[in-house]
Amino acid sequence: MTELLGNAINPAWVILAAGLLIAALPWHHARKSVMLLAPVLALYFWLRMNAFGDFAHMDIDTIGISLTTFRFDGLSRIWGLIFIIAAFLNAIYALHERDRLQDSMSVLYGGAAMAAVFAGDLITLFVFWEITAFTSVFLIWRTGTAAARNAGIRYLVMHIASGVLLLAGAVLLHAQTGSWAFEHIGLEAGLAGWLILIGFGVKAAFPLLHSWLQDAYPKATITGAVVLSAFTTKMAIYALARGYAGTEILIYVGVIMALFPVFFAVIENDLRRVLSFSINNQLGFMVVGIGVGTSLGINGAAAHAFADVLFKGLLFMSMGAVLYRTGTTKASELGGLFRSMPITAFFCLIGAGAISAFPFLSAFVTKALILAAVADEGHWIIWLALVFASAGVLEHAGIKIPYFSFFAHDSGRRVKEAPWNMLLAMGIAAFLSVFIGVNHRWLYALLPYANNYEPYTLGHIVGQMQLLLAAIFAFALLMRLGWYPSEKRMTILDVDWFWRKPGKAIGQWAYAIIARLWAHSMRGLSTSFRSISTMLAIFLSPNGGISRSFPAGALAGWAAAFLTLALMAVYMAN
Amino acid sequence: MNASFAPDFLTWLPAWLVMQSAALLVVMPLLSGPIALVLSRGRLAWTWAIIISLATFAMALILYGQVLEHGSVEYAFGDWAPPLGITYNIDALNMLILLLVAGMGVLSLFYGLPSVLREIAPKDQAAFFAAFMLCLTGLLGVAITGDAFNVFVFLEISSISTYVLIAMGGRQDRRALTASFHYLILGTIGATFFVIGIGLLYMATGTLNMADITAQLRLHGDDRVVRAAFAFIVIGLGLKTAMFPLHTWLPNAYAYSPTVVGAFLASTATKVAFYAMVRFTLGVFLPGSPFSDAFLGLVLAPMAVAAMVICSVQALYQTDLRKLLAYSSVAQLGYMLLGLSMGTMAGVSASLLHLFNHALLKGGLFMGLGIFALSFGVRQVQDLRGLGKTMPVAAAAFAICGLSLIGVPLTAGFWGKYFLITAALEKGWWWAATAILISSVLAIFYVGRMLETMYLQPAPKTKGRSKKITAKAPLLALIPLVLLAVANVWFFVDASLPKGLADAAANVLFGGGAP
Repeated sequence: MTELLGNAINPAWVILAAGLLIAALPWHHARKSVMLLAPVLALYFWLRMNAFGDFAHMDIDTIGISLTTFRFDGLSRIWGLIFIIAAFLNAIYALHERDRLQDSMSVLYGGAAMAAVFAGDLITLFVFWEITAFTSVFLIWRTGTAAARNAGIRYLVMHIASGVLLLAGAVLLHAQTGSWAFEHIGLEAGLAGWLILIGFGVKAAFPLLHSWLQDAYPKATITGAVVLSAFTTKMAIYALARGYAGTEILIYVGVIMALFPVFFAVIENDLRRVLSFSINNQLGFMVVGIGVGTSLGINGAAAHAFADVLFKGLLFMSMGAVLYRTGTTKASELGGLFRSMPITAFFCLIGAGAISAFPFLSAFVTKALILAAVADEGHWIIWLALVFASAGVLEHAGIKIPYFSFFAHDSGRRVKEAPWNMLLAMGIAAFLSVFIGVNHRWLYALLPYANNYEPYTLGHIVGQMQLLLAAIFAFALLMRLGWYPSEKRMTILDVDWFWRKPGKAIGQWAYAIIARLWAHSMRGLSTSFRSISTMLAIFLSPNGGISRSFPAGALAGWAAAFLTLALMAVYMAN
Repeated sequence: MNASFAPDFLTWLPAWLVMQSAALLVVMPLLSGPIALVLSRGRLAWTWAIIISLATFAMALILYGQVLEHGSVEYAFGDWAPPLGITYNIDALNMLILLLVAGMGVLSLFYGLPSVLREIAPKDQAAFFAAFMLCLTGLLGVAITGDAFNVFVFLEISSISTYVLIAMGGRQDRRALTASFHYLILGTIGATFFVIGIGLLYMATGTLNMADITAQLRLHGDDRVVRAAFAFIVIGLGLKTAMFPLHTWLPNAYAYSPTVVGAFLASTATKVAFYAMVRFTLGVFLPGSPFSDAFLGLVLAPMAVAAMVICSVQALYQTDLRKLLAYSSVAQLGYMLLGLSMGTMAGVSASLLHLFNHALLKGGLFMGLGIFALSFGVRQVQDLRGLGKTMPVAAAAFAICGLSLIGVPLTAGFWGKYFLITAALEKGWWWAATAILISSVLAIFYVGRMLETMYLQPAPKTKGRSKKITAKAPLLALIPLVLLAVANVWFFVDASLPKGLADAAANVLFGGGAP
């Protein structure tokens, strides 16, 4: 054990150190080598830790606060692994890109997310929670448009607020329990519990707190969107699974999250924005799993997060490749690309199949865990809603994405196939999605709890195929009848519209009213109030009574008077 | 305290150096003063001062190593045994101050060259550095000595050289002369009170050695002479500490002195006087005696709270930047005095921690203002407009120090306030905790006003165009500022050095003997 203590190296440090190194390296090839090597090294340390087993050690003991920066256990290790894989895939995908800022920021961002997952206390979590926000925002800003800049600022505001809520909750919690440890929190903790839950909820894109996601991700750079899709929200899911397993309200929150994006995604024209909605929808499944909170539910959330990083990353990569070659991801301007980008189209189809939970693809074995957990607890309405949401996934992500970009009517665009490095990254992600679908035992063994669930039963396969075929049929029918709402340029207003327009109007109105009320009441109070402020000014302003320069004689007298006061106090004491 | 690095660190050095480090710490800068005067050229004298100040800082580090190893160090001059001869006693309490003063001396000197060359007449530059070294000597001497009369001597050495240093601002602003004169009057009164107190103590105990005074007082018991001595000493030192309502000399002295002097004094002078106050109230006089409790609780605590609130409001009203910071200094000294007045281990430890952090951050803020003044002649709050863009590095460092002054988490300033509030609540002084919070909120406003002007307001236009100048701050001046800003972040992340020393110091005062 003691021997290991010296050698227990947090894989996140490797990535973070690499990020700092990359920021300093002026040579493109050196940067890319470090980007590729760092995840490999991190994987090596992860494997060593995995062979050893659970680990947590207070490694920083600063004044009054003991920090555990590295906790490796059943829950954190699977997130650590998928983040390492994601960092590696992102590095390959971004090989062609000559941009020191994005290179360093994306690596630091991934490292910070990993460090947050391995954090054993709320202070460490808070620090890395904020670092993910500060680093990732550059991936949005780097697009360089005014829209991206503003979206980046909105993104940053939301995420800093999330961190502040987390810190406030952590301080309250510390006042109650005397501990900074990051264990189960739950709503039993009262206000502290609520504050932290909302803080997590912002990053997990809970309904009404979600608008930053669809706002910012589609405006990020090509590689930036791929990187963003992997870390922030999954980190929040981890934090929820750690702190709020079995919190019932999360079941309902999750269901809403899984359902509402379906409607938005179906009518959205920008395909990267469709994928952003689909992130929300997939997160909903995970949040439901956490809300159920049984070992099966947590397993489901963990497994689905793992699979989601891969297939969502794959879909973002394929849309990124399309954007890279054609300059747009608007459904209305694409179509027929399978002729010129056949390999990308193939990988995109695998990703689409995986997200739609086709048998022998990853979501089939992971989403089933969540549905089974819901069913086990007897939440039948929730179960039905999730099944409906699953059909919706197929509708918007499984069919819409590949159909409108690669098939549909030919847009006439003839472009080159995606660069080899993008294809390689997509290929690995696609391979892993299939691998998990086939070798589900491998993934199940990594889950936090022992798992005997068997996804490949006749009933499950048939049921899922029925669902999928019905959804495909519905899509085909709607297309045939020309009722499918798409390929139109339009802007969809989400709830953030309520903040931006009526919210602003209400705010302005309230401000005007309050200003008037204030002025009115001030007029009443003005005499007394003005006299107080005049008094303050008389004494304290630069030329006021006690700020003025006194004659030296007065100062001497004053010092003597004060000495007398002190002498009296000292003599009187007994 | 951990003693990890100390042993091998000390074994590298020749034994005589380790033996004599306490004496060298004071003697070197003392003798260097006249030599600097003889060198007569500004840059030459500066180089000499830098060499000596670095050597002095090295001596402080060697002493720190010894303190880490042994807990305390005693050095008897000429091998005269303690009650008769003059001894230097170094324990955790004054080690903190010595490190701070010696370190800030080095940083201020490095920082100072460009502004001294600009602000001081060429013929006076060597004299300036001579006075600076003497001031450094005096401050170090007050902190290191174990002899009560020696404290007075060094206090006067530092004060008299300070009057000279402040008056040298007269070339820039004639008001420096009256400021210096006022300080001279009040400082002399303070020193007189102090020496009267020492005389009374000598009457009562027949000794001047501080440890011996404590021992004799224990035998002698409590009488009016001792009480009068106590009152004279604390008020005398209170004047030097700029204890509210005796602080009136401070704002003008800081505001009109040459910029280096402001930075150096703000981070060291009042801190050393505060140290002496802590040493006398809790170290020399028996802690827990009824009269010291009465003074701490009835006089010091209300004055500390008044300083925290009133001077923060005064800072809010100021338009002159350096006066703003000076009033904020008086308010921050209120925090330290409040910690002292609690008379508990937690309170004193917290106030020493705040002292250390405040020295770093206020030194940084004054240095930042000095750089702005050097480049753009910035004096008033509104002059800061657009500096966030025109001088990004200096502005960022200034902003970090400013946030530390508020006590924002991720800066060192946070810990001082955090532990002060904890200590206040531990003692049940909820009103003190409230005052700390109120004063911090006021600090948000007066710091926020500066940062807002710096970052959110456009730079002023010259000849119809907005200034596109990105002024290069002199590198020599910028490096110490950036170092201080980094230190302000670093001592949030790892506060073990100041916190360890502060705890050990409180332990020396209350726990009896070395930790």
